Amino acid sequence: MLQRVITSIVTLFLASIVVFVGVRLLPGDPALVLAGETADPAVVAAIREQFGLNQPIWIQYFNYVGQALQGNFGVSTRDRIPVAEILLQRLPITLELAGLAILVGVLIGLTAGIVSAVKRGSFADYAANAFGLIGLSVPHFWLGMLAILFFAINLQVLPASGYVAFTEDPGENLRRMILPALVLGTGLSAVLMRQTRAALLGQLSADYVRTARSKGVSRSREVKHALRNSLTTVVTVLGLQLGALIGGAIITEQIFVIPGFGKLIIDAVSARNYPVLQGAVLVAVTGYVLVNLAVDIAYAYLNPRMRLAGGAR
Amino acid sequence: MSVLEVEHLRVEFGTENGPVIAVKDVSFTLEKGEILSLVGESGCGKSTVAMSIPRLLGDSHVTLGGSVHLNGVDLSAYSEKRMQEVRGKEISVVFQEPMTSLNPAYTVGNQISEVLLQHEGLSRRAALARAVELLELVGIPDAQRRTAAFPHELSGGMRQRVMIAIAVACNPLVLIADEPTTALDVTIQAGVLDIFRRLRDNLGTSIVLITHDLGVVADIADRVAIMYAGRIVEMASTAEIFAAPTHPYTRGLLGALPSRAIMQANGRRRLTDIPGLVPSPSTDPDQCQFAPRCASASIECTAARPTAEPVAVGHTVSCYHPAVGAML
Amino acid sequence: MSQKLITAKRKTVSSIPRPRWQRVVRRFARRPMAVTGLILVVGFVLFALLGPILLSDPNQQDFAAILQTPSLAHLLGTDDLGRDVFARIANGARVSLMAGVMSTALALIIGITIGLITGFYRGWVDVIVMRIVDVMLAFPFLIFAVGLAAILGASLTNVIIALAVSQVPEVIRIARGEAMAIREQEFVSGAVADGARDGTIMFRYIAPNAMGAFIVQATVAIPAAIIGEATLSFLGLGVQPPMSSWGIMLTSAQQYLAQAPYLALFPGIAIALTALGFNLLGDGLRDVLDPKETR
Repeated sequence: MLQRVITSIVTLFLASIVVFVGVRLLPGDPALVLAGETADPAVVAAIREQFGLNQPIWIQYFNYVGQALQGNFGVSTRDRIPVAEILLQRLPITLELAGLAILVGVLIGLTAGIVSAVKRGSFADYAANAFGLIGLSVPHFWLGMLAILFFAINLQVLPASGYVAFTEDPGENLRRMILPALVLGTGLSAVLMRQTRAALLGQLSADYVRTARSKGVSRSREVKHALRNSLTTVVTVLGLQLGALIGGAIITEQIFVIPGFGKLIIDAVSARNYPVLQGAVLVAVTGYVLVNLAVDIAYAYLNPRMRLAGGAR
Repeated sequence: MSVLEVEHLRVEFGTENGPVIAVKDVSFTLEKGEILSLVGESGCGKSTVAMSIPRLLGDSHVTLGGSVHLNGVDLSAYSEKRMQEVRGKEISVVFQEPMTSLNPAYTVGNQISEVLLQHEGLSRRAALARAVELLELVGIPDAQRRTAAFPHELSGGMRQRVMIAIAVACNPLVLIADEPTTALDVTIQAGVLDIFRRLRDNLGTSIVLITHDLGVVADIADRVAIMYAGRIVEMASTAEIFAAPTHPYTRGLLGALPSRAIMQANGRRRLTDIPGLVPSPSTDPDQCQFAPRCASASIECTAARPTAEPVAVGHTVSCYHPAVGAML
Repeated sequence: MSQKLITAKRKTVSSIPRPRWQRVVRRFARRPMAVTGLILVVGFVLFALLGPILLSDPNQQDFAAILQTPSLAHLLGTDDLGRDVFARIANGARVSLMAGVMSTALALIIGITIGLITGFYRGWVDVIVMRIVDVMLAFPFLIFAVGLAAILGASLTNVIIALAVSQVPEVIRIARGEAMAIREQEFVSGAVADGARDGTIMFRYIAPNAMGAFIVQATVAIPAAIIGEATLSFLGLGVQPPMSSWGIMLTSAQQYLAQAPYLALFPGIAIALTALGFNLLGDGLRDVLDPKETR
């Protein structure tokens, strides 16, 4: 386990270099962008000096990481607001969206997967399979457009876009989050459904389920036996799908005009807002790596065999 | 009245390549406190017989024929719901693979308690206490501590003892043991067989023991049914089978039994030194299925199927040319 | 002796051994979903290849006929510049096909080569490569692709490169796993004992035996790349107008969602059907090629 933690830290460290270098490889000069196209060279030079852009890149990197570890991600080149402040303001929005989407995904995906595996060959199984395949094949952004078209334009029951803070008006906040969360959760639930079904089908034919059956337990107990051993798969898939979820959030926020992390990243790419882009991507990557670490730990908890192996190491 | 009465059992599986009749026509009875052994090569249908008695073959693609009576009650008429009350309580099973037959995610204590909670209406605490007793009964040392162990922390022999503890938890009338020692080391086999013997002696449990190991049969069985291609071809007391086997197939099996020295050197014993092929399980022609491999086969063997006829008291054989006397 | 009996018995159950590919085709043909997938994929490829030739110019603007609903003259209607939607979808299919197939092919070539080498030799090369793979996988797929596309600049070629690079780590992992597993098998150690060269072993012995896994990975990667291209283009980081791409068509359709919903409908259906075809095909191939996961 300790080894796994160290690996994650090393990965994060290397990823931060990739982010830092990657951002600097973006075409366009941030100082020029900041000063405006017609700025005189002295202003541009002053900006370079101020943001430390005239120093060698590795010095810039170490300065940046040193500051970032203390929670200072620099200031936005657009409006001089500290990046940390922007991130803290945007992060909860995306977390809410992702949390709701995971809720939707797990509720639908797990239920559909279990039903289709247990009632294999039934109409419900076919319906769940069709849902899984279609959910896998439909891109988020088109699904979002369809949702807006149907619920906002045709039925006019839900707003097409916009965001209201939860602290301002919880009801309105949730009303506006329904469509984005459904759209984002559908892809997740499709993958979860397919993986849960496959894992559960495999476990249901395991010898120990037959043993349970020979004890005279009900069908639902048998399924419980098998499900307990399928959960490791479900948790793993959930962790891996987080990457897709972050990608989906970028698109979903774009379509529903939600001022979250995804929109922040896309806007920062087009504005060449280095500090914001850097900070946002770093935080996203850190979150992704940490969640996958948490998944591995949960995995060990769910699988007693792993627990023993982990303890011995 | 017999504890268990199986009559004209027939099991057919539907597969992609057409139906497979794994069990064609099997009838036998089991008395209280008796150990009956079903013996045959792999593929002869003996395990299918075992699994079809408590109806553990799964639901789809299986057609069951014939009847199973438990203490005179016809189980074939039971719904799945009522069968659940029978399984684990009146008929229980010990499976061949101790490594995979326990749920890796639950503790041993949990898995033993489950059957007690299901049938005995015990509290969780009482069930766990009983689980400790059961582990002691099957000879697991330090039973109290072992209840908290996960299956992977136990050896194969230990796991098989746990399986037996689960099977006998509710004092079943009938215990079906499907090759319970096949996956175990020879040294551990004897210990497991000993548990069966003690169960029979102390609790009066009737046992159906499926095996292809004649050493096990000689060690523990009261009566033996020899199976070939989905049918019982010969049935007699263990002593009689070894002293005076009459069906050519039985004699072939016994002839293939290696001497004790070889047995001990190899650890495992196989009974496959009979020339010819096992017949296809998808057809059931009206003839003796063993005829193509049989040295004494004649025209009548392929003209009609022989029926089970008594050759001595409690000794039946399905053969037109039963051999007489002991083997050389 | 017992061995003889066991093999003899097998023969009575299964019929005469047939060539492997023939059995695969037969098992595949027995699955209606898989065949449907194959038909969708073949239809998509034909449409992408022939559509742009047979249909009218996708960039032909007609300001007398903008935002027209589907009609006989314009089967799927016209867009905000009076361009024929059907012709533009056909052109978009070509872009999707190129992006999907070429980026996946590129990812497979690079990934399989690296994966086989690291899985075969292990050692420090393997450690370094896997560290790099870990770092690449630390980035969510779309963030990585968006970043690469932004660095490289928006064009079809760069989209293909960005999607290919984003897919490489997964391919490396699969190829490495296959190489490590197959390496241990008898026929490979036999070849090693016969003094076969490392390259021969990797590409003559290991690669063909891992082909099933690679084919299945391709059927997963192609629809992901097609959706990836559409997504990047939708975000303005992919193919640039006036070239048509299903993603771009959806971007502009977004502004006319209320007036002309069909503009959003048809390109999306095109993406979904294509991805569905590949996914069905992939499921079918997985069932047929990988007996471990029989359903």
